[in-house]
Amino acid sequence: MKDKRTILAIIRNLIAWIFSAICLIPLLLILFNSLKDKKTAAKMDLHFPSWPIQWSNFTTVIEKGKLASSFCNSLIYSAGAVVLCVLFAALAAYVLSRNQSKLNKFLYMFLVLGITLPINYVALTKVLQFLHLNNTAAGIILLYTAMQLPFMTFLIHGFVAKVPTELDEAAVIDGCGPVQLFFLIVFPMLKPAIATSSILTFLNTWNEFVSPLYFLNRSEQWPMTLSVYNFFGMYFKDWNLVCADILLTSLPVLIVYLIGQKYIVSGMTAGAVKG
Amino acid sequence: MKRGCLAAVRQPHLIKGLIKMNKNRIYPGYFAFGALIIYFVFFFLPGLIGVGYSFTDWSAYSDELHYVGFRNFLTVFSADENYMKIITNTLEFTLITTILKNVIGLILALLLTNSIRLLNMHRGIVFMPSVLSTLIIGMIFKSILDPKSGLLNSFFRSIGLDMLAQKWLVSSELAFGSVMAVDIWRGVGYIMTILIAGIMSISSDYYEAAAIDGAGGWKKFWYITFPLILPTLATTTVLNVIYGLKVFDMVYALTNGGPGKATTEVLYTAVFKKFGTGQYAVGTALSSVMFVIMIVIGMYMIRVMTKNEVVE
Repeated sequence: MKDKRTILAIIRNLIAWIFSAICLIPLLLILFNSLKDKKTAAKMDLHFPSWPIQWSNFTTVIEKGKLASSFCNSLIYSAGAVVLCVLFAALAAYVLSRNQSKLNKFLYMFLVLGITLPINYVALTKVLQFLHLNNTAAGIILLYTAMQLPFMTFLIHGFVAKVPTELDEAAVIDGCGPVQLFFLIVFPMLKPAIATSSILTFLNTWNEFVSPLYFLNRSEQWPMTLSVYNFFGMYFKDWNLVCADILLTSLPVLIVYLIGQKYIVSGMTAGAVKG
Repeated sequence: MKRGCLAAVRQPHLIKGLIKMNKNRIYPGYFAFGALIIYFVFFFLPGLIGVGYSFTDWSAYSDELHYVGFRNFLTVFSADENYMKIITNTLEFTLITTILKNVIGLILALLLTNSIRLLNMHRGIVFMPSVLSTLIIGMIFKSILDPKSGLLNSFFRSIGLDMLAQKWLVSSELAFGSVMAVDIWRGVGYIMTILIAGIMSISSDYYEAAAIDGAGGWKKFWYITFPLILPTLATTTVLNVIYGLKVFDMVYALTNGGPGKATTEVLYTAVFKKFGTGQYAVGTALSSVMFVIMIVIGMYMIRVMTKNEVVE
């Protein structure tokens, strides 16, 4: 019996390692080949990069792929969307959760419906043209905000319900106005939900590439995902450079993932599992 | 602060009544305006006017708009065009990835809720592809699945299984399956993570009671775990369906609809192509078909999701 259990445990560990390897190998492939020279990288195999390590790939890519400017673009779009989205989502979730009138319940449903709805990008061009937001950073930021608002409102809404209303009551009795009540009392209590929704909004918008594809014509405005794709099209024979570009583009996301894993998992499973 | 609290303690019913009356003042509706306006203008409105534009001949070639009735929809649903193929492709993609992500996700979740060394590391690694850009994953797998120099075929050849080395993304028989496989690789960690949370929320009392009754591992799964994570599986199914119907990045990066005629074309790559060629009316008609389908699915989805929230 005991032997059988040990064998089972070994098998389980082994299978777990196999699955992890399947998930890790493509990423190792990128890492290794970004450190090779053009000739060895052309094979795109898993051989460990040989000496000397080609750090110059990264500098080449930063220069040729205009990564500095596209990094700044991505940062502006994502940061803008995080601030707008989290602020407005928190405000809306708070009011719609605290004051559940018939109208507010409907508005909440309407907003959350956006989690499933597809965006009609073709018709969206008309709206953006009308508002003169085509090919502008402001347009992209507002678009990203609109895309992320439904889920983030849903996420924070579930959290607001856990903040006791007694706090609000005490604050109101002490003479807090609605704005003070929210920003001084409730907002600090929502910190975990704010952290989760900020991280998720950042990740989603950093990876987003459909909207820039439709709405940003000039390459100086492209975010990292779009410029890496474009770079791939131009330098598809230089896998060392493509890999270096992919690595640098994914690095911010990976860093955020490693730091904020707890928040990401809690946010992504929110609403899916009760409790 | 102190005096206020004391007053509230002394006459709670009075205070409660006061607050109930002033709810609209304490929680003013204008707080929600920012979210509602941005969401409406940039998200919902395009969907609505898109339905309107589907009945016109809107294109990049003319500034004038004419009402054409259902012509665009007839084009979309006509048998002689490729659109039916595109729609069935999208449905096939959705069905197969949903089933396989759920099944593999469940197997992984069951495996990674056991006592395994470095458990959290394994979970973290399997989840990692979900946070990477789909576009970048597509680019990586374009290399891995390359018939000549790709890692997968090199691997098969090195272990002597040459017949398994196929033209993954290039042959019309295998391309769609390959795209789906890559998408499952990308998305299964997310489904696993949700299911792990579902399994962990099951009270251990059930398992203890079952163990006393002499139930083995399989029986425990079939009579306890499985029925109790069915609601979670319903949610993951809906999430997968929504994702599958809207899939774009993955197909765009891997095959962009090819090889040949619409072998792997899905709705959103088709819409993007119509946009690129200036056939806006057909593009928006395709989008509108999706919009209507998704509203229906969305209503169901919200019921599932908000029910959990209430139970909480």
